[in-house]
Amino acid sequence: MPNDTHLTRRGLALALASGLALAGLPRMAAALTVDQARSLVDKTVADINAIINSGKSESAMLGDFEKLFSRYADVPTIARSALGPTAREASKAQLSGFTKAFQGYISRKYGRRFREFVGGRIEVSDAREVKSYVEVISTAFLQGESPFEVRWHVSDKSGKSLFFNIIIEGVNMLASERTEIGALLDQRGGDLDQLIADLKSL
Amino acid sequence: MCQMKSSSAARLTRVAAAVLAAGLLGACAGTTAPDGINDPFENTNRSIHAFNRGLDRSVVGPASKGFGAVVPEPAKRVIGNFANMLDLPGDIVNNILQLNIDDAATNALRLGVNLTMGVGGIFDAATALGLPSQSTDFGETLHVWGVGEGPYLEIPFAGPSTVRDAAGTLVDLATNPVTFVVPEREAFAANALKLLSRLRDRDRFAATVESILYDSADSYAQARLIFLQNRRFQLGQTDAATGAGTETDFIDPYEDPYAE
Repeated sequence: MPNDTHLTRRGLALALASGLALAGLPRMAAALTVDQARSLVDKTVADINAIINSGKSESAMLGDFEKLFSRYADVPTIARSALGPTAREASKAQLSGFTKAFQGYISRKYGRRFREFVGGRIEVSDAREVKSYVEVISTAFLQGESPFEVRWHVSDKSGKSLFFNIIIEGVNMLASERTEIGALLDQRGGDLDQLIADLKSL
Repeated sequence: MCQMKSSSAARLTRVAAAVLAAGLLGACAGTTAPDGINDPFENTNRSIHAFNRGLDRSVVGPASKGFGAVVPEPAKRVIGNFANMLDLPGDIVNNILQLNIDDAATNALRLGVNLTMGVGGIFDAATALGLPSQSTDFGETLHVWGVGEGPYLEIPFAGPSTVRDAAGTLVDLATNPVTFVVPEREAFAANALKLLSRLRDRDRFAATVESILYDSADSYAQARLIFLQNRRFQLGQTDAATGAGTETDFIDPYEDPYAE
């Protein structure tokens, strides 16, 4: 909640400033992106914390997690990137079918691991602009474990501020999913339709 | 007397052999593909991976589950604390070789605190006092000295590594200060304790280990990717402490993500 007020105040100040001095706008717009990215991750983390501490059944939590993933992550871009070169030859219908199947698959895969997060928390510590995106740095504190670092890569190239990659102690989700989806495709002789069908039960 | 001499001579030979092996590393740097993976021994590595996976499925996994179920939590913690303390002398030597005086001091302080307040290493009093573990190894020392990572290796019984880290492990095993100081029987006990500590880790991180080994489509490729990324993160982190080096992790899915 404090972050929302912060953002509103910041937004108001920006609106005023941009009315007064147009020349300063590009720099401030960039600064706002860092704040937006940070607030996106703050909201994502708050929702994750709410889901894992909700006490709901696992299947209900997995459903909630899929909704969260589609709201805060750029799923079509992540899916296309995970698919790799095959995405170029895929038809529109195949791409949208794959994106849908991928969203469910990834939500179940990571959602199942949420049990480990119960009683833990994630804290956002820093955000900075890197090249064409914003990197938000957070630390996860899990019960009985040493704290570890989680980095979120956020972009607004889809038209909205959304995250497109998560890096846990250097381990990159996009790279990992590219390897996994690539291997799944190889097992099916490159048959994308078969992969889309199978992803629904993975 | 004579027996002691010959055994320390044998140790010196081992050290010399290991240092020599490390020196040879410079000669085999190899090339890294654009995806950051240098794996010319993939065929051999894959067979070793199949062996390690079988070993985990039939022996290590079940043993760690048994360990996890039978040993009470406080005892597990004591094993972990003790194993960690036994690593500290070696860590300090490596810190000094890396000219990392801060970590050398922290680890020396950890050793002192845990030996005294931690009642001989039973409790990790140092972490409670805000001196968390700063573990390192000779692989990292080689990295600090400018030795390249070298090709990826999967080692029987030990798992993912690189040529540089494998040489580092050999040196660490051969030069571990603990084995020089304590009598043979105690050194054996120390090694047994470390093995138990590894079982404990396998049990603690069971969900992650099993998702990589048994739930992924290509467990070899997945383990290789995750090991290399995490190891590079560790080394970058400890060197610069700035968090730089993460830019190499960056994939821009908005620009042509599948450009090969």
